[in-house]
Amino acid sequence: MTATAMSARSDLTELGRSETALRAFLHGLPGVDQVGAQQRAAQLGTRSIKTTAKAWAIDLAIRMVDLTTLEGADTPGRVRALAAKALRPDPADPSCPHVGAVCVYPSMVPYVAEVLRGPASGAGPAGAAAAPAGAGVVHLASVATAFPAGQAPLEIKLADTRAAVAAGADEIDMVINRSAFLTGRYQEVYDEIVAVREACGPAHLKVILETGELSTYDNVRRASWLAMLAGADFIKTSTGKVPAAATPPVTLVMLEAVRDFRAATGRQVGVKPAGGIKTTKDAIKYLVLVNETVGADWLDPDWFRFGASSLLNDLLMQRTKLTTGDYAGPDYFTRD
Amino acid sequence: MFEYAPAPESRSVVRLQPAYGLFVGGEFVDPTDGDSFTSINPASEEVLAEVAAGGVGDVDRAVRAARTAYDRVWGPMPGRDRAKYLFRIARLIQERSRELAVLESLDNGKPIKESRDVDLPLVAAHFFYYAGWADKLDHAGFGPNPRPLGVAAQIIPWNFPLLMLAWKIAPALATGNTVVLKPAETTPLTALLFAEICQQADLPAGVVNIVTGAGETGRALVEHHDVDKVAFTGSTEVGRAIARAVAGRDTKLTLELGGKAANIVFDDAPVDQAVEGIVNGIFFNQGHVCCAGSRLLLQESVADQVLASLKRRVAQLRVGDPLDKNSDIGAINSAAQLARISELADAGAAEGAQRWSPPCELPEQGFWFAPTIFTGVTQAHRIAREEIFGPVLSVLTFRTPAEAVEKANNTPYGLSAGVWTEKGSRMLWLAERLRAGVVWANTFNKFDPTSPFGGYQESGYGREGGRHGLEAYLNV
Repeated sequence: MTATAMSARSDLTELGRSETALRAFLHGLPGVDQVGAQQRAAQLGTRSIKTTAKAWAIDLAIRMVDLTTLEGADTPGRVRALAAKALRPDPADPSCPHVGAVCVYPSMVPYVAEVLRGPASGAGPAGAAAAPAGAGVVHLASVATAFPAGQAPLEIKLADTRAAVAAGADEIDMVINRSAFLTGRYQEVYDEIVAVREACGPAHLKVILETGELSTYDNVRRASWLAMLAGADFIKTSTGKVPAAATPPVTLVMLEAVRDFRAATGRQVGVKPAGGIKTTKDAIKYLVLVNETVGADWLDPDWFRFGASSLLNDLLMQRTKLTTGDYAGPDYFTRD
Repeated sequence: MFEYAPAPESRSVVRLQPAYGLFVGGEFVDPTDGDSFTSINPASEEVLAEVAAGGVGDVDRAVRAARTAYDRVWGPMPGRDRAKYLFRIARLIQERSRELAVLESLDNGKPIKESRDVDLPLVAAHFFYYAGWADKLDHAGFGPNPRPLGVAAQIIPWNFPLLMLAWKIAPALATGNTVVLKPAETTPLTALLFAEICQQADLPAGVVNIVTGAGETGRALVEHHDVDKVAFTGSTEVGRAIARAVAGRDTKLTLELGGKAANIVFDDAPVDQAVEGIVNGIFFNQGHVCCAGSRLLLQESVADQVLASLKRRVAQLRVGDPLDKNSDIGAINSAAQLARISELADAGAAEGAQRWSPPCELPEQGFWFAPTIFTGVTQAHRIAREEIFGPVLSVLTFRTPAEAVEKANNTPYGLSAGVWTEKGSRMLWLAERLRAGVVWANTFNKFDPTSPFGGYQESGYGREGGRHGLEAYLNV
């Protein structure tokens, strides 16, 4: 770290103390040219990833999947099945890696914890001692803070977060207050993230920007910085509950933000595109985007995740195709 | 590390003949008083085919074939019928685009992703666009029933062989002229494949004639007494010689020559996209682009930041096999061009500019030059004044908008310029003051058949593309 970067680091911690400073900083970030950003993302989408590179990318993508179910109709049985799949995505092939995490609503966390960490657990990440093989490495993520709209009083959002952590979640996916963000009340958004960060305790915090509602790339860049300044461990594109979910250009802008944030502060923040990523081809395009925007440091489940559900089966089908040379029908993979 | 496995585009789609004659009067013929030469793959130095070099007699034969076709068939033909042929050619180009793209990359050295995603779509678009004009010339703003010129002699360069062919042939044919085209001696093959497409489209004999060869063939074509129009794209030096040769004759002339474009980045620019634009401006097609953004003008308040981002980005460029779908930069087109680039780059270092290239392994066979950035360049340096026509960027700085305009315009050329700022009023202020045929706003190297293209001063005269491009081939 150079001397200037060091001084920049201390400056940034001060920003959250004043609405004026925060606003001046966020509005002083370089703009994003929409056409240029879309063009760059499209160009990277034409990379041709074949044979060994494809096999490597598929295994990495499986390890990066946050296997997600966020439905009103979720039941203990359904989330248990999902957790079992997270541990062994392809029962026919033990060499297939496990996924990155299971992501559910707070009320479903205990049932997932039972599968991932063994029945003795329920007391948070510490209960991983008597866990089955592969456990402790599949993370347990819970959405919180009145997901997906985030339209609830702060105390309720904090209680939501604490409950999820207490039930065993070691990753919290919170939503930002888009209402406050879009009216320019950046301090409020910031303070809320700081408060949730504190309520998370040891759990990792992913901050969902809901980029589909922010609508411009300039806003995406500002929201990314705001979340990182407030202490996010990850920034995530979407809830999956509004029509416009993750897109390559949005993810590109967020990757540029985490790259520049690390250059300025020395702290690395992860990125999670979520929603709408359904095929292996899509997933590989995102990995190329990561590779050529922020580089190998982010090509790891600790720093990049896919929020997805149907993606996993496509990855498994393509993986089987590469290893055996044959396409197996969808019925050869578990549907949950 | 994410190592991309080799992803080569298959060559099998291209069926090359061992030797090619001249395309005159609708068929391939052997040269009568000419010679022959070979065209090589600049990425491997492998010989691709033997090609005829047309002599004075061959050029005369081609011009006579074009004259006959003009007098008897193409000149009298109604515009709507000419349009049918042009639409047919455009569709055939689309159908055979993979074949054309692979051959273009083989013969020229440009990466397949560019020939596939840029050159070929633009080639087809150009024919479609001018096909649309063929029956609407009455409404092009040149008065009722504007007349063609007759026989057009067209000489094109090696940097975009097929695209330059399209820029020349499509408007000439749409307006009712017939043509004799000479492709560059290092890249004749796609023009010969285009000749096959003309046959496939049943284009009347003699409407398009293609005479391959080097400078002597070109000279014979320009000096032929029966051509009504000369259109040339290439170096300023040759352009001057052509202007002299045509002077005093009743021959219309358009020249599209060199450039030394300024790409101007202000402190309020969208930095990440500006960096992409700088890279695209100078490293697109190995910098073999007459409108390349070869002079980067950075506002001093952001110069360090932009340069750091730029170097990080340039280190990502993948230099190698043009047929690999993941190659960003291919081979330099010829040994001669490589020598010229090396000479100018050495001069830049000798004159005191700081030279930087990312670590990159270049293949041993073929002609290669690593992407290169010079910082600390001043207006006095040769690399700031002379066209390098290679992947070499000269970085200069400025303090105020007025200084940016002054430096940008301080060149004998004036083909293109780029401006990067989020401020609309500044963009318009600059666009009014920059002496360049094209000013790109927050983008670079964007081409479209509807948009006129051409230069100021030593970058030539006349416009190609758009409605303006019709004028060069009409008697108006």
